[in-house]
Amino acid sequence: MTQSDILLAEAPGPAVPPARRRRRRPLAAIPYVIIGIYVLAAAIGPVLIDYDPVATEVTERLLPPGSATESGTAWLGTDAVGRDVLAQVVYGARTSFIIGIAVVTLCGLIGVALGAIAGYSGGLSDAVVSRTIDILMAFPGILLAIVIAGLLERGMHVVIIALSVGGWVGFARLSRSITMSTRERDWVDAARIMGVSKSATLTRHIVPFLAGSVVALATIELASAVLSEAALSFLGLGLPPDIVSWGQAIAGGREHLGTAWWITVFPGTALTILVICIGLVGDRLTRRFTRKRD
Amino acid sequence: MTYFIVKRLAIGLLTIWGVVTAVFIVVRLAPGDQATVALGPDATAADIEALRHTLGLDRPLLLQYFSYLGDVVRFDFGESYRFGRPAMDQVIERFPATVQLTLAATVIAIVAGLILGVVAGKKPGSALDRAVSTVALGLQALPPFWVGIMFILIFALQLQVLPSAGGGSLANLVLPAVTLSIPFTALVARMTRSGVAETMSEAFVQTARSKGLTEAQVLTGHVVKNSLIPVVTVVGLQVGTLLGGAVIIETVFAWPGLGSLLVSAVGNRDYAVVQAATVLIALCVIVLNLAADMVNAKLDPRIRLEARR
Repeated sequence: MTQSDILLAEAPGPAVPPARRRRRRPLAAIPYVIIGIYVLAAAIGPVLIDYDPVATEVTERLLPPGSATESGTAWLGTDAVGRDVLAQVVYGARTSFIIGIAVVTLCGLIGVALGAIAGYSGGLSDAVVSRTIDILMAFPGILLAIVIAGLLERGMHVVIIALSVGGWVGFARLSRSITMSTRERDWVDAARIMGVSKSATLTRHIVPFLAGSVVALATIELASAVLSEAALSFLGLGLPPDIVSWGQAIAGGREHLGTAWWITVFPGTALTILVICIGLVGDRLTRRFTRKRD
Repeated sequence: MTYFIVKRLAIGLLTIWGVVTAVFIVVRLAPGDQATVALGPDATAADIEALRHTLGLDRPLLLQYFSYLGDVVRFDFGESYRFGRPAMDQVIERFPATVQLTLAATVIAIVAGLILGVVAGKKPGSALDRAVSTVALGLQALPPFWVGIMFILIFALQLQVLPSAGGGSLANLVLPAVTLSIPFTALVARMTRSGVAETMSEAFVQTARSKGLTEAQVLTGHVVKNSLIPVVTVVGLQVGTLLGGAVIIETVFAWPGLGSLLVSAVGNRDYAVVQAATVLIALCVIVLNLAADMVNAKLDPRIRLEARR
């Protein structure tokens, strides 16, 4: 059961309280606010904080949070080669967002295009897309990503491709299924009778109806892309050493876990909070759009 | 039913072919081929050329591909340059540890997930339900490798009650198995919860209640049984994700399984082992998915009929 299954299949149970009760809950805004802070930190943080990922400062190794260093106070401490942990958290946020958004955009475009075409045309193109989906669904995407990112030359683009190879499948499944049901609606028939071309029917009369569910899925996929990127760089695969990422920072602190917990704990907490918040938002969107379609 | 099985088998074979081909392509695209990697940086150009010839790397790509496919069918992936023995032997040797880990995680996920799901689903909308659902959502989103490291920090380094790394004993199994099970516990809990919540409003539950059965009897005898089918299926179909998760968790805890072998093989460009390990994992996923599909089709005739369309 992946998220696309839930978007396709999960009927809101009879027990879900009526929508009105949930509408005004101040706590509901928290994930949005937190994600906003992350976006801000990723966007402006690197301008405010100067950080060189390959510079090392031997005298400032493994300093606990709050220590004074030559370049100011290390609020979250320093790592095994004297680099500032706070800067790693901020720069890592930027890497996570760049890779996550690139992966989701790429997967969304490919998936929606292939899914909509397959669902609308049926026949051979549907068979080819559906079988490709079946194949990719059966093999764990993270394994494919490990093999691709691990064996090819290191670089951000390789990581993006590695994570996208299996990532578009959810979008394609979702778009295909919604397209197949939308195709039978009256306005699509009307467009066809009026002589609107196939591609125009698809883009103007069907694809707009995919938007809500695709956005909901994209949110969930963003969380999983951020997570997978962190997992890859934690394993030391994919990103070159001069790109800061949370996964690398976490891995770098493992040896010093007993004495300098802050190297691992802070980037990991940053990752965890972000992924949970994106997941919460995605879950809410999923519920909203599954209910609306019924 | 026969049609259904044949169709699933065909997709399974296609999947293996897809994985094999994808890995072949990636290996050819990788910088440094088998010969260069095996001989190391000090090798002369002539040595590399000679080994390339022995390994058949100087033949046309298409020819290499077909002879590679032939090797795969015979489960012959060549020798691992790091261990100097057939890659498949190396992979098979590590396999039981991975089975152990994934089985343990599955058992934990099913038991804990069912309990949480039933507790939440029997009074839908209650505070308890909302609490369990929110916690499950959070657990599903937790980065597993990070949870693993935090477990090491808390249980191995601070409290010193469990070992942090290695394999072999039951104590070694606890932390990785629990870590691996967390997202699946959450998934099973959510599935069970919605199943139980849906079944609770069925007419036969009313009937059971009006017969005078206690709430506990209604739950165990009527509700849980009926909401179990989707749970069984999901567990079967999650096997791929579980193995994918195991690869990372094994590395965190230095668990001597297939996953940590694959990661180190990828890091060292040990192509033979990478290929053998991915094929074996694909095979496992397909066989277990097929089994889950068949159990499910047996239980629910609608699935058999849908496959025909």
